[in-house]
Amino acid sequence: MPPTPPARFKVNGTPVQYGGDPRRSLLDFLRDELSLYGTKKGCDHGQCGACTVIVDGRRINSCLTLAVMQDGCQITTVEGLGSDDDLSPLQRAFIAHDGFQCGYCTPGQICSASAMIAELAEGWPSHVSDDLLSVLPTDEELRERMSGNLCRCGAYSNIIAAIRDVMPVAG
Amino acid sequence: MRAFSYDRASAVADAAGAEARLIAGGTNLLDLMKLEVELPTRLLDINHVGLDQITEVEGGLRLGALLRNADCAADQRVRRDYPLLARAILAGASPQLRNRATTGGNLCQRTRCGYFMRLGTRCNKREPGSGCDAIDGSNREHAIFGVSPACIATYPGDMAVALAALDASVEITGSRGGRSIPLRGFHRLPGDDPSRDNVLEPGEIITSVTLPPPVGGRQVYRKVRDRASFAFALVSVAAIIDIQSGRISRADLAFGGVAHKPWHDPEVEQALLGEVPSPVLFARAADLLVAKAKGQGENDFKIPLLRRSLIAVLAEATGV
Repeated sequence: MPPTPPARFKVNGTPVQYGGDPRRSLLDFLRDELSLYGTKKGCDHGQCGACTVIVDGRRINSCLTLAVMQDGCQITTVEGLGSDDDLSPLQRAFIAHDGFQCGYCTPGQICSASAMIAELAEGWPSHVSDDLLSVLPTDEELRERMSGNLCRCGAYSNIIAAIRDVMPVAG
Repeated sequence: MRAFSYDRASAVADAAGAEARLIAGGTNLLDLMKLEVELPTRLLDINHVGLDQITEVEGGLRLGALLRNADCAADQRVRRDYPLLARAILAGASPQLRNRATTGGNLCQRTRCGYFMRLGTRCNKREPGSGCDAIDGSNREHAIFGVSPACIATYPGDMAVALAALDASVEITGSRGGRSIPLRGFHRLPGDDPSRDNVLEPGEIITSVTLPPPVGGRQVYRKVRDRASFAFALVSVAAIIDIQSGRISRADLAFGGVAHKPWHDPEVEQALLGEVPSPVLFARAADLLVAKAKGQGENDFKIPLLRRSLIAVLAEATGV
């Protein structure tokens, strides 16, 4: 096998490098090499959203991209959004609204919601938008936009309440 | 996942003619590599070759092959002038996947046939000559048009269905130069070689998809699926309908989830053109469409479902 060109990128602001086995997913790299265990492996096939991280401002499934593909990228995991003694407003809202039971999907939900709020602020439409050019942040919109994150405990209504709590007031 | 070598392309010229599997968003390819359905020995990462913008050409828009689906659907020009395309993209996958999936990669995504994706079953697409376990098996999601004795799989995407209705073109380049083909001719029917999903030759790469100048009209994408979001289409209908002086002056239609390619039937469009919109006309057009359909057993329900979906879309688009 020819040598793998190393990828140099940043995770939560810290420069990292990876040039090992190209099979390693970004998800496995974050957990197994950086010991960032917040990001969770659920299905490992892009269906559950538990592995959601933010790459260059966009939420993606870290199970469906390779560590070597991250050259030049800025990656934010749940550890980069807040810490035990300095929770982000979204993390505090998840606690206040009981936005979880077992908590396994929660880091993915929080990374996803964090990027989703930015997408809404940019005016991105969704499948349920009546008008593609003028989007209103209804609960139906929030549910559709969070449909890439499954919660088998069924905390969906409280997750939406938590997200609603930290969103800028419409208008 | 089987071992492979990895390299990064810095320009399209590195990728055209390369004897390697190209990876862009990776959302489908890596999934299939984990399942060991796809077994590339060399991966060439094309995420750094550019081609990720939308440019205005000849009154239309050129979508770069590496343009992310999310960026395409969010583009103001796409939302305003090609709402059908924005709607189709937004009906597909999840936000996380749309942030990675690309224009070119989405066209090349492979079928979601359960047998194709499961080793230990017979599948002529995965292993040519082995047979097809879907034909007498679990075929609820499978095709009702254009099947062959070798394969009844569907092309699963949404974006390409809108592109078929819009009559977009696909720009391709390879070691022997470039060519442009109609999107409607990009995907193949399975015939006796279902291993080939489309007409790309080895070493060729999609560089862009070009949309014709805006056509206006009422544009509707209706997707029918098992849950409200994040599921593949059982059937979908893409329609651009315009009415002049009370008669249908434009009827561009394409159908998803029903064939090995976005399904296009000019006879159905002809049956609508020049006519006064009415429920009787819509039923006649839908009957014409499904007259050529053939169920496989578990997917027989798709025939009346497609018929009713077309009628509903025509009613919505014409206001009748």
